[in-house]
Order: sequence, then C-alpha cells, then structure tokens
Amino acid sequence: MVQKLNFLKETPSQTAGPYVHIGLAPGAAGFEIYDQELGHDIAGPNAAGERIRVEGLVIDGIGSPVKDVLLEAWQANANGVYAHPEHAGPDHTHTVDEGFRGWGRVITDFDSGEWAFDTVKPGPVMGRNGQMMAPHINLWIVARGINVGLNTRIYFEDEAEANTADPIINLIEWEKRRATLIAKRDMRDGKVVYRFDIRLQGEDETVFFDI
Amino acid sequence: MSKPTKSQGDFYQRDRRWHPPALDRNYKTSVARSPQFPLISLENTPSEITGPTFGHNDIAATDNDLLNNFASPGESPIGERIIVHGRVLDENARPVPNTLVEIWQANASGRYRHKKDKYLGAIDPNFGGCGRTMTDEDGYYYFRTVKPGAYPWRNWVNDWRPAHIHVSVFGTGFAQRLITQLYFEGDPLIARCPIVQSIPDPEAVEQLVARLDLNATIPLDTIAYKFDIVLRGRRSTLFENRLEGN
Ligand SMILES: [Fe+3]
Repeated sequence: MVQKLNFLKETPSQTAGPYVHIGLAPGAAGFEIYDQELGHDIAGPNAAGERIRVEGLVIDGIGSPVKDVLLEAWQANANGVYAHPEHAGPDHTHTVDEGFRGWGRVITDFDSGEWAFDTVKPGPVMGRNGQMMAPHINLWIVARGINVGLNTRIYFEDEAEANTADPIINLIEWEKRRATLIAKRDMRDGKVVYRFDIRLQGEDETVFFDI
Repeated sequence: MSKPTKSQGDFYQRDRRWHPPALDRNYKTSVARSPQFPLISLENTPSEITGPTFGHNDIAATDNDLLNNFASPGESPIGERIIVHGRVLDENARPVPNTLVEIWQANASGRYRHKKDKYLGAIDPNFGGCGRTMTDEDGYYYFRTVKPGAYPWRNWVNDWRPAHIHVSVFGTGFAQRLITQLYFEGDPLIARCPIVQSIPDPEAVEQLVARLDLNATIPLDTIAYKFDIVLRGRRSTLFENRLEGN
C-alpha cells in the first residue's frame, strides 16, 4: 500500500428539507424562540451606497414556483469591501460601516413563492490576477429536493460595461446562458427593485457554480 | 500589503463524488429541482474565500439547550435526553473556531413544530426543535436535546426518515457553507432512506452517523452522541501571490 495522505473528507451534504424554517427562520415556521433571528438586515442603517431591493422566484423544471426555499446572500459593500477579516478592499485599507454584515437570509413565501431582500448595491471587487469583478451578490440556495446547496451570482443590468468585462461571466462558454445571471432593474414607488428569477432546470436554467 | 498568514489559500475543491448528486430518481423531489447543465467551475475569488462572521452577541448562551429553550419553567420535553457534541474541523484536521452551528429537528414523536407539518405525531408543548451555538477556540460545540423520532414522508408509499437532526454550519468562507443531517448509530432506517442513500459512497454515509459516546454522558441524566463535522480545507499557498499571477 502507498502511504496515506491523512486529509479528512468534507462532511457530505444533505437536503435542508421542507422544514428548514424551524432551524433558520423559526418565525416563519410559526413560533418565536430566539431574541433575534439572523440575516434579516444585510446592510444595516449606516452603510453608504444605493438602497436596492432584490426579488424573484425560484422556479422548478415544471415551471412552478418552489415555495420552501431558503436563500442566503453574501455581498461586498458599495466600495467593494467584504465584512471579513481577510478582506479590506484592493488596497487593504478599507473597513465596512458599522452594522454592515453583507450577509442575509430570506425564504420564499409559502403561498406565492416570492422572495425579496433589501440591501445596498455592492461595488466592484478585485478578483484573481488583478481582474476586476463587476458588482455582484453571491447567492446560496437550499430546499427540499436540493441535495447540495446551489451557488450562483446576481449581477446588475445597469452595469453592462463591467459585466462585459467580468472574468466570471466570461467563463460561461454558452453566451446565451450569461443572461440568467443579470438582474433586471426597475423602479417601484420611488424605490430601485431588481428582478432575479432563478430557474433550477430547463432550457433557461440559471447558471450555477462549483465554487 | 497585508501580512501573509498561513491559511490564505484557496479552498480544496469540493469532491462532488463524495456528496450526493443533484438528481437521484429515488428521491423524487430532486427530479424537477436538480440542475441539468453542469456547474461552472470557479477558482476562488474574495467572494468565495470570505464569508459572514458571527459573535456571541448574535445569539444567547442558552440557545444550544433544546431541553430548555422552549419549555415552560420547571417543565421538560418528552423523550430521550441526549447530548450531541463534537468538533468542527477542516480537511486539514484543524479546528474551525468561532463558527456558527445551527440545528433543527422533530420532537420525540417525529413531529416538527412547523405550520406545514401535519403528521399525526403529537406536538410537544415544551419543545421548539431548534438550537444554535458558536464553536469554541478548539472548534468544539455541544447541544442538549431529545432524540428525534422517525417520521413518514411521501416519496415511495411507505418511506420513513431515520431519526435525524438537521445541521447548518458556516466556516470562515462562503465556499464552506454546508447543510447536512446527523443520523444515529444503529438505526435500521438509515440503510432504507432514499435521501441518505443518494450518497453514493457507504463510507461517506458513515460520516453522517453520530456515534454513541458513553464517556460524554452525564450518568443518570443524559446520554451522549458524538458528531464531528468536516468543512473544506484550504491551501497554504498565498492567495495574494495568485492575484499577482504566480
Ligand atoms: Fe427532517
């Protein structure tokens, strides 16, 4: 026998199941238990930047909205800085405003399947090899029937130039599929709303990443 | 420039053959919810290497005690009193400290406190069914709870989930985000469960089975199960070097 490398194996994933709300959003399951639920406020009240809402549906292979999904968002602030000890922006000097966590958690509505979160629009983030990434929000999607959480990215329609140069979007060989990552910008009651429908399956299936 | 530290490399790639595939026809819900196109492989950028951090002011110290966190004063949930404990490690076997671990589960009769759960099993007025905690500096965590019951679900006509606790872990980067389920040693339903058996490698299934840990029991009080959780490890190669094209 050859020698062993002695690395551990990652714990295998299992579906979050239909009752994910109990653990991660108990208020939605129908009871109050914690002093505060986590993930309701992504940007906090003090963060600079454009205030936006992002909303959409998660649609299955039959074309039906999926109504038991939990989504988590992870994003940089308007200056492209993540609230994380290993990130302080391209010149290593930035911090985020107090109360900016950059992370949020939402569920799809039990009746309509709609989800939405309020945040600030992120700025561009320096990627690998000195290539700037267009503003984006990282998304992680779990639900009953999803065996391993799905990763995707939300980009913004009004960042056409940055999107064209984005190294991640350009990795997608099927140019037609790139559009699945672009949220559509709209105004409603004086507020900026981006629409980002996620298709789990089908011809216009959303691009998911193996990160 | 930031000072180089040891753990600033990319995460090791996820072994997709160790995890269940997106599509498993025996787990019927996965059929219409599984992407059909291949995932696009990304090398890590700051968006994947960073992730949310939590502190002790985000949660209450008693949130890890499911025997008490929903019970009326002086009362307890029905069921076998258990401790679930272990460490969160990475694939390099290094502890993952100060990371958030969240759990949820059915009560002893297999019923969830959820407005969508209509199973016949009784709701326990003293059991909420969720808990959360932060790992300590050694990556250690523990919960007190009751052993959940098996419950039936609509897949094949007569499918029963093995007793299980759902577990959510963060790690240090968004690429480590993981949700899984903990099963209990000796449960004959594990081998029959389409969700468990969607994992192709029997050794990987074993990694989800918590082991009876008599040494950690509290005699005459609470029995214990040990469940270590492993998140993706990281290369020691500096991410900074790669940014400059090395
Ligand atoms: Fe369950």
